[in-house]
Amino acid sequence: MDALKFVEQDLVEINELPKFKAGDTVSVSYKIREGNKERIQVFQGTVIQRRGTGIHETFTVRKVSGGMGVERVFPMNSPFIESIKVNKTGSVRRARIFYLRKRTGKAARIKEKIFVKTDKK
Amino acid sequence: MPGLLGKKIGMTSVFSAEGKNVPCTVLEAGPCVVTQVKTVETDGYNAVQIAFGERKEKRTSSAMQGHFKKAKTTPKRHLIELKDVEAKLGEELKVDLFEEGTWVDVTGKTKGKGFQGVVKRHGFAGVGDATHGQHNRLRAPGSIGAGSDPSRVFKGMRMAGQTGNVTATIQNLKIVKIYPEKNLIVVKGSVPGAKGSTVFISN
Repeated sequence: MDALKFVEQDLVEINELPKFKAGDTVSVSYKIREGNKERIQVFQGTVIQRRGTGIHETFTVRKVSGGMGVERVFPMNSPFIESIKVNKTGSVRRARIFYLRKRTGKAARIKEKIFVKTDKK
Repeated sequence: MPGLLGKKIGMTSVFSAEGKNVPCTVLEAGPCVVTQVKTVETDGYNAVQIAFGERKEKRTSSAMQGHFKKAKTTPKRHLIELKDVEAKLGEELKVDLFEEGTWVDVTGKTKGKGFQGVVKRHGFAGVGDATHGQHNRLRAPGSIGAGSDPSRVFKGMRMAGQTGNVTATIQNLKIVKIYPEKNLIVVKGSVPGAKGSTVFISN
């Protein structure tokens, strides 16, 4: 098993990404190659799950585009991910918020977790 | 046909230079020791016998112990004969036999699945419907031939039976990476057999 880990460590570069989990709203800057040109596309939406472990971990981002739900799965360590920005930290009770798929409009909102700075000594 | 005996370590995936997620198998390849050189004069044909994997001395028959002693090596678990290879007795063959970016064939024993029906064994579709008068026939093979003429079932008719546990070769697996110091080789795609099973890698 150690040999497998060694190969993974050697061949896969780990992306340094901010902490986020299901319920958070993120903007994923994703590199897109068209012929020889490369441009960056931003996919903004709610993280509905994180899946897998180690170098194989992926996360799914859902957004509603023109009334149509769009979901995209990104590998955490994909070399095409340029950066991830966490826009909002959501307050949800489960790790996989698939119930979001059945909801539209106001019901599909997620409560935001608000962090208050406290001056503790 | 030069090649090496090895062990399947397991599968993983890596990102290629183009950024694509590539499924890969990690194999331990060698080092193999040449335990016998057969020649036309002594054996009637030319071949080289190589060995791989450690075996405890007390579990080795004294005949085999003597065989390994001739090659000045410890007892080994797996032996194989190669043709069209030139090597000296006791020589160690290593993974540097292969080159990154080239293709290899990998032979192994597939996982045994036991006695399986035609749907799993030959990819039959089964009987299409679960209802409309069907009973107990969902995964049945259907017709196995005509009736009074020829009055028999043709040889080679695909039917249920033992599945897996046969030697299979996967051809043209691209070498993604080689680690000579660890005797590891990473190939693109899958390889027959379970983790830890013995494989033969040839180019």
